Amino acid sequence: MARQAPDAGGLLLRLHTGATLVFLYAPIVVLVVFSFTSDSFGVRWTGFTLQWYERLFRDERLIGATLNTLLVATISTVIATVIGTMLAFAMERYRFRGRTGLEALLYVPIVIPEIVMALALLGFFALAFGLIDAWFGVRPVMGLATVIIAHVAFTISFVVVVVRTSLKSFDLRLEEAAADLGADPWQTFRHITLPLILPGIIGGALLGFTLSLDDFIITFFTTGPGTSLLPVEVYGQVKRAITPKINALSTLMLVASITLVFLSQFVQRRGRTA
Amino acid sequence: MAIGGITAAGARSGARRRLAMLLAPGLFWLIAFFAIPLVVVLAYSVAVPGPTGRVEWRFTLENYQRLFGETLYVSAYVRSLWVGLLTTLICLVAGYPLALFIVRQPPAWRAALLFLILIPFWTNFLVRTYAWMIILSNNGIVNTAIQSLGLPRQILYPGEGAVLVGLVYGQLPFMVLPLVAALDRFDFTLMEAAADLGASRRRAFWRIMLPLTAPGIAAGSVLVFIPTVGQFVVSDLLGGAKVDFLGNLLQRLFTRSNPPNWPLGSAMAVIFMVVLTVAIVAYFRATAEERR
Repeated sequence: MARQAPDAGGLLLRLHTGATLVFLYAPIVVLVVFSFTSDSFGVRWTGFTLQWYERLFRDERLIGATLNTLLVATISTVIATVIGTMLAFAMERYRFRGRTGLEALLYVPIVIPEIVMALALLGFFALAFGLIDAWFGVRPVMGLATVIIAHVAFTISFVVVVVRTSLKSFDLRLEEAAADLGADPWQTFRHITLPLILPGIIGGALLGFTLSLDDFIITFFTTGPGTSLLPVEVYGQVKRAITPKINALSTLMLVASITLVFLSQFVQRRGRTA
Repeated sequence: MAIGGITAAGARSGARRRLAMLLAPGLFWLIAFFAIPLVVVLAYSVAVPGPTGRVEWRFTLENYQRLFGETLYVSAYVRSLWVGLLTTLICLVAGYPLALFIVRQPPAWRAALLFLILIPFWTNFLVRTYAWMIILSNNGIVNTAIQSLGLPRQILYPGEGAVLVGLVYGQLPFMVLPLVAALDRFDFTLMEAAADLGASRRRAFWRIMLPLTAPGIAAGSVLVFIPTVGQFVVSDLLGGAKVDFLGNLLQRLFTRSNPPNWPLGSAMAVIFMVVLTVAIVAYFRATAEERR
């Protein structure tokens, strides 16, 4: 092979990679740096200040919205993880009629455009609540409950995918050994299967949690007027004006999500070596 | 397997019961809160929009007729598909060399690079879009740089260019990851073999590397294309809500317009799904052809 050509190509590749990394990190750096700027439009560096963080912590609406968002993510993750793990077991361990159909049903939520799922849920809730009103005389309203239901619906599939991966690599002989030694199915599950696939379940749960925290579109469509949630709040504030308070909030969210991801990597790596 | 008094049939019915228990909650949730809502959209799309925004349950095809008849809707479809295509293409052209560079690094470097590419995407995507608003704003970094070169200030945001930047930024890793997976399976000695047989590097790339990594290209393209066509936040924030994309119209028809028009919005969503399915099936057919 000619020596010169690959070197020139290699240099180009290196330059391209460098430029792409700059493109990827510029916004993050800008966001963090300008959360400390004294410029009230937050687009220039005019001096160091912590006032935006102070103002952020005094903003009760934003704090309330953050707590609501964490609540939604926690509850929906717990539900989606339990249901998703059960489905993963059914899919991996059993052969049954309709299994292919279920496989398809599980994949559609992953590939469907989020906005279609969001407006379908909005339309469904409105219709269902109208029927409940007509039959029972009480009209439920959209709020935390509807957001949680929607988040479970769109995260289940992701949990199933992750848990199935860890079930696939599971050595079934361990369960047979437990059964041979006299353990009943529940004991086998509790003491053998569960501890071994726990890293997979935790991985699925963390993925679901991250998706739920990051989601905007489905939350936006399924929340109600009286409920304030973080992404919806941020959207409203960003639409109104650029203010460094959002930078401060973004910086904190960045730190939180990076911590979360590192934590999940750590848990999964430990699971693999254990 | 029969322990004690349990017969084979008993064990089988026990397994059936366990399976039913495992399936019940998930099936319920996916059918009640995913499948049925999609059917509801289909039903809304052939219903009549009432004057106050209430849906009247009479069958009509007028919503579909309106979508195909009015330029506003047709042009939103065309624009969304076009921008989706453009974003996919830019991500592919930028992502392929990046993936190539990554797979040719020693393992430790590779893992680090992949990690570096993913970190920005663990932030909320509203926040990432917001960051571009800051960078491209009138007094932002890009304009400061332009002015320091003695050139006049440019209006970069809001505008279509800003939308494209925001979309590419948001979707790039979804292209890079499948490409890395595909290039990882690619046998680079094939390129040497091609060179030995007298093929130029360019020819070897087009005839060997590209067709053999086509599955990765296809997967990445679909992952980028679908969310881009359906988005409304990036065009709303970085485009200044001036040009309508499919997502913006859907959002308005469902939540903001006075009165809301759910049947029309539903018809729009149904057509969106049909167009998307057709586009993706055609695309996979084409890339399968390429591989042969």
